[in-house]
This record gives sequence, structure tokens and C-alpha cells, in this order.
Amino acid sequence: MNKNCDAKDNRWLHRFAVLTAAATFLLLGLGGLVTSNEAGMSVPDWPTSYGYNMFALPIKFWKGGAFFEHSHRLLASAVGFLTTILAVWIWLKDSRKWMKWLALAAFLGVVAQGVLGGLRVTMKMDSLGIFHGVIAQTFFVLTCAIALFTSGCWQKISEQKLNVPRGLQNLVLATTVLIFLQLILGATMRGQHAGLAIPDFPTAYGQIWPDTSADAVARYNAKSTNPNTITAFQINLQMIHRIVAIVILSSVAFCALWKKRLDKFEASKVASAWIQNLRLVIGVFLAVQLVVFVGAAIYFGELNNAALMFVGPVYLITCALFTVISFLSSEIALGWLGLILLQIGLGMATIWTNKAADVATAHVLVGALSLVTGALWCIIAFGRSAEMPETETAPFGAFGTFATNKQ
Amino acid sequence: MKIPSFFLLIAALAFLPVARAADIIGVITLKGTPPAEKEITPMMDNPDCAAMYDPAKMPTTHFYVVGPKGEFADVVVSLKGVTGQSTGASAPAAVLDQKGCLYSPTILAVQTGQKITVKNSDTCIHNVHSKPTVDGNKEFNDVQMPGGADLTYTFPKPEMFLKFQCDVHPWMFAWVSVFDSPYFCVSDKDGKFVIKNVPPGKYTVEANHRKLGAQTQDVEVKDADVTVNFTFEVK
Repeated sequence: MNKNCDAKDNRWLHRFAVLTAAATFLLLGLGGLVTSNEAGMSVPDWPTSYGYNMFALPIKFWKGGAFFEHSHRLLASAVGFLTTILAVWIWLKDSRKWMKWLALAAFLGVVAQGVLGGLRVTMKMDSLGIFHGVIAQTFFVLTCAIALFTSGCWQKISEQKLNVPRGLQNLVLATTVLIFLQLILGATMRGQHAGLAIPDFPTAYGQIWPDTSADAVARYNAKSTNPNTITAFQINLQMIHRIVAIVILSSVAFCALWKKRLDKFEASKVASAWIQNLRLVIGVFLAVQLVVFVGAAIYFGELNNAALMFVGPVYLITCALFTVISFLSSEIALGWLGLILLQIGLGMATIWTNKAADVATAHVLVGALSLVTGALWCIIAFGRSAEMPETETAPFGAFGTFATNKQ
Repeated sequence: MKIPSFFLLIAALAFLPVARAADIIGVITLKGTPPAEKEITPMMDNPDCAAMYDPAKMPTTHFYVVGPKGEFADVVVSLKGVTGQSTGASAPAAVLDQKGCLYSPTILAVQTGQKITVKNSDTCIHNVHSKPTVDGNKEFNDVQMPGGADLTYTFPKPEMFLKFQCDVHPWMFAWVSVFDSPYFCVSDKDGKFVIKNVPPGKYTVEANHRKLGAQTQDVEVKDADVTVNFTFEVK
């Protein structure tokens, strides 16, 4: 696949690709803050800002919503610049033809995304903002994929002839597609700038499934302190978002269990004892929290604010720890599960904090990381199987990790 | 004896029924307890805006402006179905001010074609962003510097609660209702309203609150003022 890719020669190219992906991640966060702070239209002109050259806007105007929007424009310009350099670099130095096309796609993607962001402002179309958000996530996956393809790891991975169970491959792919659809749902919810369509969780307007009749929606709006009028469509959208979240959690948990079962047969893939023990402790702690959470919610009907203020951050920190430890020990599947658990916690926190901008933005970012994890796992899995004759495929072969080598 | 035609005309007019316009007046009351208004806390993070207020007395939302006896303000009252009678082009401009990082008033009603003058009385920048939902009414988004010239907008189509917002300060909202006739008003702090100079005829009076929706009552205007009261309820 990539016989001419020499990791040593391309070390700096890979580092630059990682830098571009990291800058894109920051840009996603800043874009999330723009939407979370309802600031997308605070600078009405583009490509100028308040009539000034974008790069020369006096600092006195960087206030309120304009701070987020203008910073987003500047960082977007920087990412555009980095992507252009990366594309030229790959075009000149990487001999793989498909990489050149991928680099060109990244360049065209960042240009298109910039223009789309500008048109969203000048054409005043909320729907373009939704596309802008979805393409941002896709572009982030692309930059991460380029970082993977330029790494020495990718060379090792693609040179290995490993057995990859087709069923797990397909499940990871399906789950990744589902996460992408979930992100589209989320972008649609956010792009309507309607605030929280359902203000409570785990119930929805005090019910398992909320009444969306005209009378009920009128009643919700009368009681709401949200400046915007909520519609039945928006309520249904959030309910679908909740259901898809449960499906994704189940699917990722199944992937993780499957992967753990595979690893049991390969001593090289078993993490060191202390990591296993640490992860077990965190996992048990997480499970206890979830039981307490759900139990309290069912028993009291709603969750006490003070309890949430304490348990919420503990849960999020535990999930984050679990995720980091799993990724550091090259356990992609468990890291993915940790991300999804963290993401669900952030989704709940988004509701309980009445869509606080920082929490909602963290929800967007962890969503992006979940998508990238699934996408990269798919790339690795399918990349390997492409190298392998069909007859060698075994139903319970190893999936492997970045650092391991079965041969 | 020949009677001058002038006197005949006077005598004839004296016996004709006079079509006198009258006012539709009333009081709007709210029953029940509305949700508590929330303090606009994001304002505290914005130094320009926070400096205009005592930190202990930050402004709140005012979705429900209600007096001690339920007098219900900010309800838009109009004659339903009366269209094509706009005198907006010759009507004085309605004023929407941005003061203390809030819109004032938050509920405004104008005619189609009537000018809306938007002022910036603050010492900080605002953007004036209208978000119509009716085809034909244009979405505007203009920056307004402190001390900058007034901005003027008109809308050609009737629309209830057309939103104006400032995206620099995302808690700033105003809702402008646009009518195709001069027969409308907004209830005051005492819950009172007056629709002036309504020609005789049968009408449906509609009272519309942004959170509680619309109520209607049929009335007949003859040669005297007509009283019609509305009671809204938060369930």
C-alpha cells in the first residue's frame, strides 16, 4: 500500500500533520463556542470584520460575541494556512499518489469550509451553519487521517498481514456512521439556535416520552424562560438524539467487549497488571456512579441540583481518566468507550446547566473525538484487511493496536 | 318661496346617519403564576454592559410584565383579518433603542411600510439583526457603533413577533409585530389598551402574548367606544 513511505524521511511532515490536526481541533472548539454563545452573526460582514481588514481589527472591538466570532475567523485562517503548507508538502515529498489526492482534498476542503463559513454570515442562512458544523467534523477526521497516514505506525500497520474479523470491522464502521449521523443531529439542533428544546433529563417534560400536541407545546413555551419558541419538531429531534446516544453506547460497549475477548488470546496485547488494575478500579467506580445516578433519578423523579454539582464533575473526571489511560495503553476500544461515556455525561450536563456555553462546546469536542476514534479504527481495520488474502481471514483473529506487531 | 339649495344640503346632511369612528378599549389580566424571570447573568461577563448596572441588581428577563393585580403588559392587540389599510408610509417612525445592553421596548408594533428607527444609546458596539419568518420581510444584520447613526428598517409584510437580536450581546431581544392596518396597540403597564379610530363594523379583536399565544373576541363598533377585556392564564 505504501511501500515508498519512509517514516524517518517524513518525520517532520508527520509532526506538521499532527500540528494541523491539533489546530483543527482547537478551531472546532472555537467554532463550538461561537454557536454556543449565539455569536455567529455578531460580525455582520465577511471577509472584512466591521469594515476592517480581518487581520487588523482593533482590539477594542474584540468583545462579547464578536470576540468568539473574530477569533474563530483568525484561527480558521491559520488552519487554512497550515493545511495549504501540508498539502504542498505532501504533494512534493510523499510519493503515494493517493496521498497527493488526499492532500488536495484537504486543501479544497479547508477552502470550501472557509467560504461556507463566510457565506453563512453574508447570506444569513442558519442552514449553512449546520453544513459548516458537519463539514468541520469531517475535515477534522481528514486531518487526523493524514496524520495517521504520514506516521511510521501506518507503515507498520499496512505492512502487517493480520487477521481482522469482518464482523467487528463492520460493527465499528456502522457505529462510526451512527456517530456521524448523531453529530448531524446535534449540529441541526444547535444550528436552529432555539436553546434547549427539552429542559429536563432523564425525563422529558416530566415524562418518558413528552407530549408534543399543540396544547402541550404551547404549555411548555408558556413556562419556559427560553427567549425562543420551541416546536414539536425540535422536541422530537432531541428525543431522537437521546435514543441514538443509547444505541451508540451499546454498540461501542459491544465493540469494546469483542475487542477484549480477542486480546485475551494474545499475550502481546494484554496491558500491564497495574494498568489493568487501575482501569478496573476506575471502571467499577464508574459503574457505581451510573447505578447511583440512574437509581436516584428513578427514585426521586429528578436529580437534586446539589448532588449533580458534586457527582457530575466526579463522573466526568472519572470518564476522562478512564479514556486517557485506555488510549495511553493503546486500548482503542476501551478509549472509545470512555469517550462515549464522557460524551453522554456532557450531554446530560448540557441540559442540567441550561446549555452552558463551555459545557455544550465540550460536548461538541468530545463528539468530534468519538467520531475520529471510530473513523481511524475503521481505517486501520479496513487498511489491514485490504492487505490480507481473503482465505486468511479468521472470525476471531486479532484486531491489533497501533504499536503491536503480530508477525 | 324658493329655498336656497345650500340650506337644503345642510338639512339633508343633518338627517343622514353619521359614520363616526370609535375606540376599542380594554384591560388585559393575567391569572396564575408565571415562571420566575431570570437574572441576565451573561451580562456580568461583559465589562461594557456590566458597568452600567449595580452588580447586586442586574437586570432580569421580562417575558411576563405583570402588575400586582394581574395587569398584563406587552400584549399585542389588533383587529384580526383587517388588511390592505396600512398607512405606514406616512406614519411617524417607531423607535427601538439599545440602552443598557437591552432593547427598549422589547415588544413593539408597527404597520407595514412604517419606518423603525433603531438607536444605539450605549457606549458599546451592537449589531442589529432582524430575523423574520415571513417571505417578503428581509433579514437585516448591521453593525451599529456607539454614537453611530440611527438605522432605519421597514417591513412590507404582516408578521407577528418578528425577532430583533444583538449577537454581540446574545441576551438582547426585541419582538416587532407588523400589521397591514393602523388598528393595533400594545397593552401598557396597567394592562390597558386602546385601538383608536376604528370605523363602524363587526370585528374580531385578537390579543396576542409572545409566550401565551392568542385569544380572540368578536365586537361590533357603532358610534361609541367599545370595551373588551381579555384574561390570560398560566396553567
